[in-house]
Amino acid sequence: MSKQYETVIGLEVHVELATKTKIFCGCSTAFGAGPNTQTCPVCTGMPGSLPVLNKQVLEYAIAVGLATNCDITRYAKFDRKNYFYPDNPQNYQISQLYLPICQNGGVEIETEEGGIKTVGIHEIHMEEDAGKLIHDEWEDCSLVDYNRSGVPLIEIVSEPDMRSAQEVIAYLEKLRLIIQYLGASDCKLQEGSMRADVNLSVRELGAEAFGVRTEMKNLNSFRAISRAIAGEADRQIDLIESGEKVVQETRRWDDASGESYAMRSKEDAQDYRYFPDPDLVPISVSEEMLAEIREKQPEFRDDKMKRYKAEFDIPDYDIDIITQSKHMADIFEAAVALGAEPKKVSNWLMGETLRLMKEREVDAQDLRFSPAHLATLIRLVDTKAINSSVAKEVFEVMFEENVDPEQYVEEKGLKTVNDEGALKKAVEEVIAANPQSVADYRGGKEKAIGFLVGQTMKAMKGKADPGAINRMLKELL
Amino acid sequence: MANIISDETIEYVGILAKLELSEEEKEQAKKDMGRMLDYIDKLGGLDTTGVEPMSHVFPIQNVFREDVVTNGDTREQMLSNAPQKKDGMFMVPRTFQ
Amino acid sequence: MRITDMTAVLLAEAIREGKTTAVEATEAMLERIADKDKELNCYVTVDKEGALKQAKQVQEKIEKGELTGSLAGVPVAIKDNLCTEGLLTTCASRILHNFVPAYTAEAVVNLQKAGAVILGKTNMDEFAMGSTTETSAYGVTRNPHNIEHVPGGSSGGSAAAVAAGECFYALGSDTGGSIRQPASYCGAVGMKPTYGTVSRYGLIAYGSSLDQIGPLTKDVRDCATVLEVIASHDDKDSTSLVRQDTDFTKALVEDVRGMRIGIPNDYLGEGLDEEVKTAILQAARVLEEQGAVVERFDLSLVEYAIPAYYTIAAAEASSNLERFDGIKYGYRAEEYTGLHHMYKKSRSEGFGEEVKRRIMLGSFVLSSGYYDAYYLKALRVKALIKKAFDEAFAKYDMILGPVAPTTAPRLGESLADPIKMYLGDIYTIAVNLAGLPGISVPCGQDSKGLPIGMQLIGDCFQEKKLLQAAYTYEQISSRVSDL
Repeated sequence: MSKQYETVIGLEVHVELATKTKIFCGCSTAFGAGPNTQTCPVCTGMPGSLPVLNKQVLEYAIAVGLATNCDITRYAKFDRKNYFYPDNPQNYQISQLYLPICQNGGVEIETEEGGIKTVGIHEIHMEEDAGKLIHDEWEDCSLVDYNRSGVPLIEIVSEPDMRSAQEVIAYLEKLRLIIQYLGASDCKLQEGSMRADVNLSVRELGAEAFGVRTEMKNLNSFRAISRAIAGEADRQIDLIESGEKVVQETRRWDDASGESYAMRSKEDAQDYRYFPDPDLVPISVSEEMLAEIREKQPEFRDDKMKRYKAEFDIPDYDIDIITQSKHMADIFEAAVALGAEPKKVSNWLMGETLRLMKEREVDAQDLRFSPAHLATLIRLVDTKAINSSVAKEVFEVMFEENVDPEQYVEEKGLKTVNDEGALKKAVEEVIAANPQSVADYRGGKEKAIGFLVGQTMKAMKGKADPGAINRMLKELL
Repeated sequence: MANIISDETIEYVGILAKLELSEEEKEQAKKDMGRMLDYIDKLGGLDTTGVEPMSHVFPIQNVFREDVVTNGDTREQMLSNAPQKKDGMFMVPRTFQ
Repeated sequence: MRITDMTAVLLAEAIREGKTTAVEATEAMLERIADKDKELNCYVTVDKEGALKQAKQVQEKIEKGELTGSLAGVPVAIKDNLCTEGLLTTCASRILHNFVPAYTAEAVVNLQKAGAVILGKTNMDEFAMGSTTETSAYGVTRNPHNIEHVPGGSSGGSAAAVAAGECFYALGSDTGGSIRQPASYCGAVGMKPTYGTVSRYGLIAYGSSLDQIGPLTKDVRDCATVLEVIASHDDKDSTSLVRQDTDFTKALVEDVRGMRIGIPNDYLGEGLDEEVKTAILQAARVLEEQGAVVERFDLSLVEYAIPAYYTIAAAEASSNLERFDGIKYGYRAEEYTGLHHMYKKSRSEGFGEEVKRRIMLGSFVLSSGYYDAYYLKALRVKALIKKAFDEAFAKYDMILGPVAPTTAPRLGESLADPIKMYLGDIYTIAVNLAGLPGISVPCGQDSKGLPIGMQLIGDCFQEKKLLQAAYTYEQISSRVSDL
């Protein structure tokens, strides 16, 4: 390759909002219900049905806009986007084109070189999600489930400000954190509650004008996004190098084959005939409404990190991990507020919690144990009511079922035995049964005591304080 | 300023509107649409400089519902008019190959 | 007097007084329909069993004192673009030939709560697109005054049923004159209320920003009474208004003294039939004699209303009618190859000519490159038309004029030339663009014996003024004709 190219990337990110009901009707958005059991005349496009806007959708959209430094449009409208497809029951999608709710924002991301750059947000608009199509091989047809039809989305449209997959992922992480902190969505790429379409073009390094861009859809993981960006940039450069032209088109990424293909159809005119939806009235955002939403904004991650550094004596690394999830940060803060030592809370989160999350594929936002139970567990260890290995065992149960550790320890009889007599008896028996180790210890092999501690612990069925055993062994030897 | 509607335009509008016209219908549609557009072109004679397009006739704004589930499972009713259905879903010709 | 000739309010009174029952009235009406409707074809569906069942239930409630309203027990006919749970709702289209809704339009729910008995669903122009009821997929409806003539449209079935005594009153919908014009052609009273007064929930949309449901009745008292019942704020319709002044029967007062009435010169010009003109001016004189101040004035922009209307209505219709795709309900073509062919075939076979014409026009004016020149331009013209009305209502309490340029045309005369048919909407259409209320009141007949209607147009929310003037006129003219 003789020339140097630059990849120019803009993102359209769809986020499913965490409302209880759909954007325009009172149907539940709960996940996992039987097909079409959460539908009504509105979200199945029955004749004569009419949409009414869910206020929470507007509030979330404005909250995300404020958090991403957008201007909030004081007079906004909904428009109809017309296209035929079976997952779209009205054959138009209610969206926003002409007066979207948020405009001209941006977020800062860290670049590969460690610098800071701003990715501009062109607009954020509200719209309705489509239903789900299931392919039926048996009948050679498709089946439509409208449970997801009408689930609220915001679409966050960035400026073409990104230049690499790393920047794209940093931007997505940034959005994800902001939105999760707001509680506006769980933002899971794999489950589709966050979906990113990549608009990509290439141009010669130093060129002013943008190249022809393509839009890539069906990217369900950061890995797929990285691969698709690399693949599409290469494809476009190859085209240009071989004297061909890049065609403006929508392409679908196939992660299995690692390739994309054009989603062209002669029946697909891409002329959406947007016009203001006459069934919905305009939205006028007042100062009071804005103030109310501003008031409710949480402390976002950057501020939280700064505060943790000032308030808590824990490593920066811990702070970084803990604040990557608002839920985990909430657990941390609540446990500390209940009197647990910050470092100890942090250790539980960084150690056992992360280990179990990885092992059981649990997201931080889905952690189930309560901060109160974590604080109790720490107290039980602090007061030597249980030893640390029992504590880990209890924590594992808490992690799964959020049991009350105090009650659990009581019920299962896991409390450390603090009966001096019983412990002494056990230690004496171990000394009698292991003359070789005793001899080794007395002969100067300090390590031999570890074996004896272990044997005593075993005899005590694990319910002893290892420190106490150690002390007593040393006394008796 | 008569509007001449081309075959391509009629074809294109047919794709947008999902209508399939016979040759005879196409000819008629070209004529009808041309005449209608000639008629609508009358609007061009009116100066609307500085006039905001009026999509909503009354200044009603901010009509919302609260985020409360009000609908239960009415699947049977929603599916009751479907020309073809299976397993609680609407059946359609396959959507992708 | 035959029971079927009674007005709705008088019938309800007779039922309350025990002189007759809802069941008797329903049976009489069903008999009348059986007798007349083969000829007139006012109904797409007559729900004989359902009506009798409802009548029995309503009668019981009346006797128990649970239903006391001024329409309790009175049988009604509903235009077939209003959804009725469990009852076929076709919009007079083949594409909905088998559609049985799972819900009832809010306006009809309001009637049911008031003790109405639904007789059936009335014929109309397909999807309310037409001015003659000839675009129905279920045959034309004939004008009861002369069966060689159309009843008007699109609510032609409702208007003809009222005029023929095939119902006591009916509901219609009005997007560009679809209540007022057939009322005028059939000699009934018809009112299009201020946009947002009656919930559109359950009304199968044609032009959503223009559609309004309203009554077609035998007299002005019935009109006010029905409107009072169907008007309501509805949380399910975002464009529904909250109004405190829906006690419309309070306006049934014989008094027009001091009312300022303007007659647009633009409404009396070229194209207006002389007999219609004479009748309208005579009606104006009657009001003047009663103390109203009648003046001529220039409304302006009248000739722009029709092109603006057809652009906006077609655009909205093209989008509103996308949902008819053969997937969730209605007609699906029998043979097709693949999804898009299924769409095209189902829609092409399911929709009639006029509907297709408007869908295509609407798709075109919204398409890339034309949106600004056509659609936005029409919305700007709409703003100017609204302003012209605002200026008129600064001077006048109401505008008086004809409903249509002529009386009912002969069957088959209109469809040949769509533009000519659209021109017939010239006096009614601007009212919808501006969201205003309008009423059509009979004011005589032409030499062929076909009814002529006078239209009164009010500023938004001024239904009461219109009803009061219409009531006064009706009272005076009925006394004159009694002499």
